[in-house]
Amino acid sequence: MKKSILLASALIAGMFAGSSAQAAGRDYISVVGSSTVYPFSTVVAEQFGKTTHFKTPKIETTGTGGGFKLFCSGVGVENPDVANASRAIKKSEFDACQANGVKEIVEVKIGYDGIVLASSKKSAPFKLSRKDIFLALAKNVPDPKGGDKLVPNPYKTWKDVNPDLPATKIEVLGPPPTSGTRDAFVELAMEAGAKTFPFIHDMEKKDQDMYKATSQTIREDGTYIEAGENDNLIVQKLEANPKAVGIFGFSFLDQNADMIQGSIVEGEEPTFENIAAGKYPVSRPLLFYVKKAHVDVIPGIREFLAEFTSEKAWGDEGYLADKGMIPMQKEERDQVAKDVKELKTLTKKWKPIFPFMLRK
Amino acid sequence: MDQPAINPTIDKVNKGLKRRYRAERRFRIFGATAILSALCFLFLLFFSIVSSGYKAFQKTFIQIDVFFDPAEFTNENLATANFPGLIKASLRSMFPEVTSRSDKKDLYYLVSPGASFQLINLVKNNTSLIGQTKQIWVPANDDVDMLLKGNIDRSRPEDERRVNDNQLTWLDKLSRDGKIKKTFNTTFFKSGDSREPELAGIWGATCGSFYTLLITLSLSFPIGIAAAVYLEEFAPKNRWTDIIEVNINNLAAVPSIVYGLLGLAVFINFFGMPRSTPVVGGLVLTLITLPVIIIASRASLKSVPPSIREAALGIGASKMQTVNHHVLPLALPGMLTGTIIGMARALGETAPLLMVGMVAFIVDIPHGITDPATVLPVQIYLWSDSPERAFVEKTSAAIMVLLVFLFLMNGAAVFLRKRFEIKW
Repeated sequence: MKKSILLASALIAGMFAGSSAQAAGRDYISVVGSSTVYPFSTVVAEQFGKTTHFKTPKIETTGTGGGFKLFCSGVGVENPDVANASRAIKKSEFDACQANGVKEIVEVKIGYDGIVLASSKKSAPFKLSRKDIFLALAKNVPDPKGGDKLVPNPYKTWKDVNPDLPATKIEVLGPPPTSGTRDAFVELAMEAGAKTFPFIHDMEKKDQDMYKATSQTIREDGTYIEAGENDNLIVQKLEANPKAVGIFGFSFLDQNADMIQGSIVEGEEPTFENIAAGKYPVSRPLLFYVKKAHVDVIPGIREFLAEFTSEKAWGDEGYLADKGMIPMQKEERDQVAKDVKELKTLTKKWKPIFPFMLRK
Repeated sequence: MDQPAINPTIDKVNKGLKRRYRAERRFRIFGATAILSALCFLFLLFFSIVSSGYKAFQKTFIQIDVFFDPAEFTNENLATANFPGLIKASLRSMFPEVTSRSDKKDLYYLVSPGASFQLINLVKNNTSLIGQTKQIWVPANDDVDMLLKGNIDRSRPEDERRVNDNQLTWLDKLSRDGKIKKTFNTTFFKSGDSREPELAGIWGATCGSFYTLLITLSLSFPIGIAAAVYLEEFAPKNRWTDIIEVNINNLAAVPSIVYGLLGLAVFINFFGMPRSTPVVGGLVLTLITLPVIIIASRASLKSVPPSIREAALGIGASKMQTVNHHVLPLALPGMLTGTIIGMARALGETAPLLMVGMVAFIVDIPHGITDPATVLPVQIYLWSDSPERAFVEKTSAAIMVLLVFLFLMNGAAVFLRKRFEIKW
């Protein structure tokens, strides 16, 4: 009886040890992170897998924040090699990486993505300014009567916000708080709109928490409807309801351009050319981060980076542009490609850039 | 004689009889309506899935003449030759009137990016093709596929269509020349996931499901049966076994994502198993299926009448022999039914696998239990989230395949039960 128990436990222990030994021999690249970069990362991974003898990288969507958490948990084959991000790494995440032994990180910017406010082609396109967006969607807005007070958002129709807009009910379908797209939208559109009010602009230096709460909180009275992470669903809802507006990335607008159109923000249409030129204001960079320590341990990382930073992938005529990614300007592409080839790492003394810095 | 005394009672009964019959008929109508509405919903579900998915079983091909220019194949690694360039040259030669940059781009767009991979394989298998011109059927791009299946409306104005007027003209010419055909979509059943809808298939997810369920079955069946036999036959009936029974019944009702979190914490973080592999997925699904199997097996063992056990013991069999030779074989059909139903549930689980990393884009077909893999329901979820229009029909087609598997498994369970059931 004792012998069979010993035998059984030895077998089980051996099975687990065997599987960890298998993990030690990982021969494919493991990528985690943003669901916005996922469509582009997967195209490059598939090309890479089909044209080289390396295994196709495995790409998971965990969200930008979740991706950094996994990425920064340490160095080793059980941790991912690459983290996709729709924003730059935060200082707290960078410090967490350093603390867990992930000391050398290579940052790779791959292009830009525009966030559009789309509506059905059955109605006329909206002409909005970022101030209108802030007033329509924020939880607390400056008192309509004037002055520096904040009141709960009273606006019900677009006409209330701006007399030039149509008198339709404000109905916006957007991403939930877990989404990187929401973070980007809030920072690029709403915060910029909030800052047009001088007292909110001054609040940034005086009271950070109050400023954040004012400029970045979206109203919860049913005007902004969280439509989940499935952007296809938002497109379908927009078709069914011509008066609604949906918030999602440019690639969905591109793929469904026969049914929906983007709103014109501050005079600029959300087209490929306008976003690439930096004219359309609601756009953000897409990046990924690589652990330098993994580069020659996991086979194929250098070649994967070379494929991603090649002109045929991220160039103006590249296959990533076909999928809806907005490429960087040529000089920027060449610079990033050079840095990546040398595996230039992020240094501790890096300037805290705004996560969604406009390219100017 | 007794008539006046009985009459009032019979009268009362007769008066209430009509009401009773009416109530009975109402009840039967309610029952029939309930069943009818359930069937209606079921029909609606099947109709909506099949109507959006049946077109995915066809794929559009375009015939092009490809000249394998020897000048391109200078490198030893044949895969690095400019195959997209060869295809572009072929399209230009078929439509020499196309000259402007943007028109050429529209022309190249008609053919799928997968065509170059097809050519790579052709040349690798037969290097004598270099220097020859061959007519090859290559997959059309997903928008062309959608157009030919009627999902893109030709009558809409050009800017409301994904295929512009020039492309329509070229496609019409190709179709008049007999260079476009639609055939059965074997790619859907043979290839793994892809970002291009015309190249995407469910074989990778099916293999992943297979390996995961293999691990689940090989672990949960023996452990579940053994636990049920012990708890039913050998365990003493005291407070501890009561607590165990209550816990097992509760575990069968725990939301499955909790098992995913457990799997993440124990199997991946503590034991260091590789993420996204059928081993870990199978272990998590084992935890989910075990309570179901144990409960079904116990019920099945309970249904074997004590007379069988007593008879076996009476003719001199030991306790082990009674259980192994008499009780267990008689209870096996019920245990099998419970196992198959548990497996069918495990086949459709998505949430727990999310936590252990099986929700990932994986192109290569898994060949073992430690290769990264995904499962069929996860594949459906990933496709439903993709922006390309052509993935809508692929999602529905994958749902149809999954439903077929589930029907087969549940059908097998019902068949086995009917065939081997013993009515005591």
